[in-house]
This record gives sequence, C-alpha cells and structure tokens, in this order.
Amino acid sequence: MKYTEEHEWLRADGDVYVVGITEHATSQLGDLVFVELPDVGDTVAKDDEIVVIESVKAASDILAPIDGEITEVNTALADDPSLANSDAIGEGWFFKIRASDPSQLDDMMDEAAYNKMIG
Amino acid sequence: MTQLNETPLHALHVDLGAKMVPFAGYDMPVQYPLGVLKEHQHTRAKAGLFDVSHMGQVVVKGATYADAAAGLETLIPIDILDLDEDRQRYGFFTNDDGGIEDDLMLANRGDHVFVVVNAACKGADIARMKAALEPDLTVTEITDRALLALQGPSAEAVLASLDERAAGMNFMDVATLNLNGTEAWVSRSGYTGEDGYEISVPADAAEALAKALLAHPDVEAIGLGARDSLRLEAGLCLYGHDIDTTTSPIEGALIWAISKVRRAGGAREGGFPGAAQIMGQIADGATRKRVGLLPQGRAPMREGVPLFASEDATDPIGAITSGGFGPTVGGPVAMGYVTKENAAIGTTVFGELRGKRQPLTLTKMPFTPANFKR
Repeated sequence: MKYTEEHEWLRADGDVYVVGITEHATSQLGDLVFVELPDVGDTVAKDDEIVVIESVKAASDILAPIDGEITEVNTALADDPSLANSDAIGEGWFFKIRASDPSQLDDMMDEAAYNKMIG
Repeated sequence: MTQLNETPLHALHVDLGAKMVPFAGYDMPVQYPLGVLKEHQHTRAKAGLFDVSHMGQVVVKGATYADAAAGLETLIPIDILDLDEDRQRYGFFTNDDGGIEDDLMLANRGDHVFVVVNAACKGADIARMKAALEPDLTVTEITDRALLALQGPSAEAVLASLDERAAGMNFMDVATLNLNGTEAWVSRSGYTGEDGYEISVPADAAEALAKALLAHPDVEAIGLGARDSLRLEAGLCLYGHDIDTTTSPIEGALIWAISKVRRAGGAREGGFPGAAQIMGQIADGATRKRVGLLPQGRAPMREGVPLFASEDATDPIGAITSGGFGPTVGGPVAMGYVTKENAAIGTTVFGELRGKRQPLTLTKMPFTPANFKR
C-alpha cells in the first residue's frame, strides 16, 4: 500500500491501482452521505479534482493521486457512502486507475511514514 | 483570540468525549463519539439530551403579568396578553423595516414572562428589552441556570420517571417540576420536530440532572451537528441563516405566528416595530418566500447555493439558506428563498452546484412528520 499526503491509499491490483481514502480521513470527515465518482474511461491528471464527497458536515474533493485512466468505479459506494466509514480500505474503495507514469508512486509514503504523518 | 464561555455542562461534554467547537461565543459539543448521523437517528427513535445553556434565559416582570406582556407586545407581534398561564408561544422581535431581529419562545409563568432567545443575539435582545421596557418593567437575564433539551419519542417516559407530572403536560405547556431534587422550569417543546422538553435548572444542579437523564438506556447526548439536521428536517428556521434582520416574517413563512389580534382589524392591531411593512405584506404578499426544497439528485446543496428558474436562466431567483443531508429522510434536504412567482409547491428550480445546475422540487415542510404531543 502507498499513501498520499491527501490521505488517499493506493493498492496494486494487477495492472491497475485501487484508490480510496484512509480510515483516519473518514473519521475526521464524519459520516459520508454522498459520493460522486468519475466516469470509467476518464483520463485524469495528478491533482485533478475527480471525486466529490460529502459528509454530514461538509463537501470535500478527492484528487487524482497519479496520471492515468479510470478503469472502474465503486458503484456500491455511490449507493451507500457509509461503506467508506465502515471499511475504508476494503469495501469503501473509490476507483481503479491505470497509471500512465508508475514512477509517480515512488515518492509516496508507505504505511509507517503515513502513520507518522498523522501522528 | 477571545476566551470562549463555557456552559455548566462543559466538563461533562469533555468527559463524554465530545468534539468541542466555538459556537456563538461558547465552547460547545458539535458531536459525541456516536457521530452526527447516529445521534440524529437516536433522537428520532428514542431520546436525545442537548445542552442549550448558551441560549439566553430572560425574566420580564412588572406589577402584573399583563404589564410585562403589554410591554413585550411593543417589540413582538404576538398575542402575549392572552397567553394562558403555564403556556408557551413562539415569536420574534421585529425591526423598523419589518425584518426579524431574533426568534424566541415566551411563556406565561404566572407573575412574569419567561423569554428564551438565541445565544448569538442575546446581548442585543436584552439591551433592546431594557431600553424599551425599563424602568416600568424589569428585564433580568438568568445567568445562574442551565438549559437542557430532552427530545424524542422516549422523552415523556424518561422525564416522567423523575417527576410523573411531566407526562401530564401538553405541547407548549410549561410547569415547575422537581427533577432529581431540583426545581426545574420545564416546557413541553423543543426544536427537533419531536416531542420533548426544555428544562431550565440551577447551574450547580445541571450536571447531576444530565447524568441522571443519560443514565436512562434510551437517552444519548446529542451535539449541535445533529441538532442542526433535526431542525432542518423539521422545517424550523435557524436565525441568522433562514431568517435575519433583512427577512420579514411574511417572507420567512412565519405569518402563522403573528396573532390575529395584532393584525389589521385586531383588537391590538400593530404597535410593534415595522408594523406598517408587515401589515402591508400580510395584505399584498411578499416578493419572496422561504420554501422547502428537495434536491432531486443525491448531492446535498448547502447554504449559499444560488437558485435559478431554469437550467439556462442568467439571473438567480433566490438562494439556499440551510441545506444538508437529512438522515431520517435518507437524502438531501434544504430550505431557501425564491421569488413569489416561483414559490408554488411542486415547482422545479435549479441550484448551481460545482458549476452544474441540479434540479430541486419545492416541497411542503416539515420533511419528516412532526411528533408533537397533542
């Protein structure tokens, strides 16, 4: 698993990466009530705002962690946003992305570094 | 940074693990470990305990109740004189332009009027009352009492277990009860759309009473986050957002609160600030109106989202003043203002969210059925 400073996690799954947000992030956001996912086939660039999430408190954007193409989105999450709260790194994944430049993952944190960042 | 005030229950909130935030000058619990969503649902299913001690509690007293009531009627377009003893009514202070300075609850407590006002406005409210009413009347802020709200379908059984007289109160009744060995000024009311009580108790007895109520298995502590989603689903205004100094009671869809006796042709017609404007709007209608709005999609639309009559209209017809996710509705809910031409129930309007126009349906409020004790 790799982690970004934006509290996203990436897990390799064949030739794509599964992306979600961390349990730390969902606990800070509170109960999620709305998730708007990108379209399959979208080509995105790192730091594009590609997902909108809303908790009971406020709206936030989720940024594309890397350049690539969206290959799949978690429609179950759109139907039931609370999956991100109950199972942030499992059932609560957001989308899968095919990296156009896998070297972008090199600078990302591992779990130990992420845990250190969130203190 | 200004030092925040603390309510008599502050230490209890911290002990319960609340997330504390600044609100109207007070350090207040926005949520407890249960979280906003579950706190909301628990209140609708069983009972929630809220600390509303930041609100202003004011006693207005004259030689008789009628003197105090007549004085307040010069500031508030409500029938206060004919309010029966041990009964409560909703009202508001108006200004010379016909806008709303604050909304409030007032009660006939025998020899005085007991007024509960919003925390953010209480300084101005008390100054306004003192300037207008003293020295003929006395206006006294009660600073040594906490205010708790117990709300939800289990509230009656829970409070009656401490004083059985609670069960005999009707909606908007007030009474002095003995709760946990303490004299409590209780009203059967609240701001969640549920049955329940608001309970004024001496500050030094508040924590013991709160703990006694929380000891009941049906009661959870509820923060300001769920208080907001509960009142929004109930269609109730949040002062400073849904109504303010620039919105009239007619625009705010609060005309029902203006007693007949204070309207044109009534026995005590007018005589409050902005009477001419308000009477004019009662007769001719207002140019805009507060309405309920149900987003047709799933995205919540919050305060400030501009509203349009169509997907391509250039000029907005209004804006959302409160909005969010309604846990009981199971989807987004909102309220806001639209021009009178677009104010019919069932009309579709469009909110501009993240650059896209999204449809909303004008809907009757409350969004969830009220469960008041009748």
